[in-house]
Amino acid sequence: MTSIASIEQLAEAYDLLVVGAGPAGLSAAARAAELGLSVLLADENPAPGGQIYRAVTTTPVKNRAILGDDYWRGAGLVARFERSKAAYAPRCTVWSIGPDETAPGSFELGLSLDGKARIIGARQVILATGAQERPFPIPGWTLPGVMTAGAAQIALKSAGAIPSGRTVIAGCGPLLYLLAGQLAAAGCQIAAVLDTTPSANWSRALAAIPDFLRSPYLAKGLKLMLSTRRKLRFVSGVTSLTATGSGKLGSVQFEQGGRTGTIACDTLLLHQGVIPSVNFSNAAGCAHDFDTEQHAWVPRVDAWFVSTVPGIAIAGDGAGIGGAESAALRGEIAAFGAASRLGKLNEAERDRQAAPVRVELDKKLRGRRFLDLLYKPAPQFLAPPKDETIVCRCEEVTAGQIRDAAKRLGVTGPNQMKAFLRCGMGPCQGRLCGPTVVELIAETRGTSPAETGYYRLRPPIKPVTLAELAALPQTEASVKAVVR
Amino acid sequence: MSGDGRSADVIVIGGGIHGCSTAMHCAMRGLSVILIEKDHAGRHASGVNAGGVRQLARHVAEIPLSNTSMALWHNIAELVDDDCGFTSDGQVLVAEDEADLEGCRARVTDLTLRGFHHEELIDAKELREIVPAVSESCPGGVISRRDGAAIPLRATQAFKRKAESLGVTVREGVRVTKVEQDGPNWRVVTNAGDFLAPRIVNAAGAWADRIASDLGEPVPLSVIAPMLMITAPLPAFIKPVVILRGRKLSFKQFDNGTVLIGGGHLGTPLRDENVTLLDWRKLAISAGTVWDLFPIMRGAPVVRAWAGIEARMPDDLPVFGKSAKHEGVYHQFGFSAHGFQLGPGAGAVMAEIIATGRSNVPIDGLGITRFTTTH
Repeated sequence: MTSIASIEQLAEAYDLLVVGAGPAGLSAAARAAELGLSVLLADENPAPGGQIYRAVTTTPVKNRAILGDDYWRGAGLVARFERSKAAYAPRCTVWSIGPDETAPGSFELGLSLDGKARIIGARQVILATGAQERPFPIPGWTLPGVMTAGAAQIALKSAGAIPSGRTVIAGCGPLLYLLAGQLAAAGCQIAAVLDTTPSANWSRALAAIPDFLRSPYLAKGLKLMLSTRRKLRFVSGVTSLTATGSGKLGSVQFEQGGRTGTIACDTLLLHQGVIPSVNFSNAAGCAHDFDTEQHAWVPRVDAWFVSTVPGIAIAGDGAGIGGAESAALRGEIAAFGAASRLGKLNEAERDRQAAPVRVELDKKLRGRRFLDLLYKPAPQFLAPPKDETIVCRCEEVTAGQIRDAAKRLGVTGPNQMKAFLRCGMGPCQGRLCGPTVVELIAETRGTSPAETGYYRLRPPIKPVTLAELAALPQTEASVKAVVR
Repeated sequence: MSGDGRSADVIVIGGGIHGCSTAMHCAMRGLSVILIEKDHAGRHASGVNAGGVRQLARHVAEIPLSNTSMALWHNIAELVDDDCGFTSDGQVLVAEDEADLEGCRARVTDLTLRGFHHEELIDAKELREIVPAVSESCPGGVISRRDGAAIPLRATQAFKRKAESLGVTVREGVRVTKVEQDGPNWRVVTNAGDFLAPRIVNAAGAWADRIASDLGEPVPLSVIAPMLMITAPLPAFIKPVVILRGRKLSFKQFDNGTVLIGGGHLGTPLRDENVTLLDWRKLAISAGTVWDLFPIMRGAPVVRAWAGIEARMPDDLPVFGKSAKHEGVYHQFGFSAHGFQLGPGAGAVMAEIIATGRSNVPIDGLGITRFTTTH
């Protein structure tokens, strides 16, 4: 592996650009380099690992029991990547992608590193941009002291930091139990875990239980859940949550089976599962479909994870939630596909080498449907019932405003909603409000999220400063093209 | 005409601000109208432009239309029951050097001789008062004080809603495939069946050349994709919209602090796919111009960039008025990236021409005849 420390060190073009150094990106980049492709792996973070294996080579948390065996598995992926000939650009943001008009079929990508921007070429692209936490808007979620479970996990992994004071963890999904266990092991004072998993989900999920019983999730998941329930105050069947406090979080109020409760706390960690992070694939023009089981937008991909834009593949959770181990395998398969499209592998050889990986992938994905059905969020956490709940944090747009615009002004989709209320137009580019806005419009108009559609996301995919842009090296051709 | 939703006095093709405005004004004159739009109202140029409401620096041929429109903008809430986000803090054209300023002086003198007084020359001192953040090297400029800005999609949809409330049948998601004569009527063939009317308005924007071609009036329309970008919120530092005389730049800070940077650098439009491709090297040139003129902006994060799909004519003037060939056919397209401000007024004038055969607002020089070779 060659480490890239400044933008000038980048080549003009690569066979393959991989975006994101989580399990899918690391595996894809390593495999592609092993197959003889020139590869750049670009990642925003200072060290490889993505979210799940964040800081696996640098974390100050040395007691392996705290983060658990599954976390340390990431070290093996990083080691293999480091042995490869791929180039690795940490702290590097990829902010644009478009066709290279001088080389049909290839791409031009805008990258920033250390305050400087450049546009480079790539013949193939693999997006391994992973998952994000599903937005979980409740009244008071913008108070200081309220954060996402994922953010708390970042602090734990990268800095060994845990929330101080009394902490409440609320929501649903496997990560909720995992984080509760990790934080408790690290010495965090957990006042309660408030589980919002709708009890009706259990009966729906039962249909998927045969696969789940043969899946790797079973033992792990049960162990996590049981140990969390045994050691911590655990409240299940929570149907409503409100964070209160003046100036900062003071307590969380909840409803459970018709009764209400209040827990005084200093930190509230919210989590409502993860969904594919589609900003990049959406801005790249890839088609997405609404997956009703994962209840999220998922890019449409083929057997080699190629999107509807030829040359752009999407590996890992970004192409549908499957978990870390399946992400690494999907990265491998995407790399075989890219190598084959570039003529480094014939199709028969590609299929032969990928076959055992596919067998492994099937095993890893077994039981996923059970989790999707069990942890499907309750409707009131997808579309907040209280009008005053803020939905778009960047522009401070409330649920009530969105319902009103959908009803009174006849706004039919999120792109029109942007123009009326500015929701989704802030620096987060809709990451924190998009799914909720879609849900609210669908609910108000009596349509489905699939019919409602999603934001057309505009580049830059991540903000780039005017200074970086102004300093973009100009080619003679582009200057000429402008003077018309 | 009958109320079957298939025939009307007028069919307007295109649901941009022009189509919606013309439909609304026709309805105000008591005509029955069907408006046909292939996507949704304001999906393209009318919904995603910079929102400038500008009389400043217009070609003299469009000034009467622009003046008519400006009067409507200043009472827009009464007209369409929505303020359209319209604010009027003026627009300023900044001269970057003495030669630029000389050009400004000549322009204002010329306008005065023609009887137009909306543009005024300002010196360096007044420029600095109005735009304190501008680079000290700029010697002056021109101001048009009644100019301003509005929110494009909101404005376009307000016209659509008002038109609907006046009885206009708005058919969104309906694509016109052919226009043909049918006795005294025009038959508009679409993917949702045929529509019939004695009069049709071609307000199809970047797709208007196809309608014109069907009518035997081909025009040299080019499809362009002017690019825009917007920053994260910055502390308030500028009220009016600023444009440059020499280099391409338009510049506006909204009330929430975000700054819109435009100016006409072009991306690549793919009109059959409804998408545009951005050219970041050209956006970098806009960024460089801002870097030069507004040092305060250098660290600002750009959070979004986009381009609309627009029609441009070779002389940068719209095609506006009656068909040169057919009774009952009217053209209203090719606004060449500066049609948003004209929308309200152009719709009023077009409706007047349709209803009465003429208008007092001069539109000489805008007719389709300038592109037809046979006389």
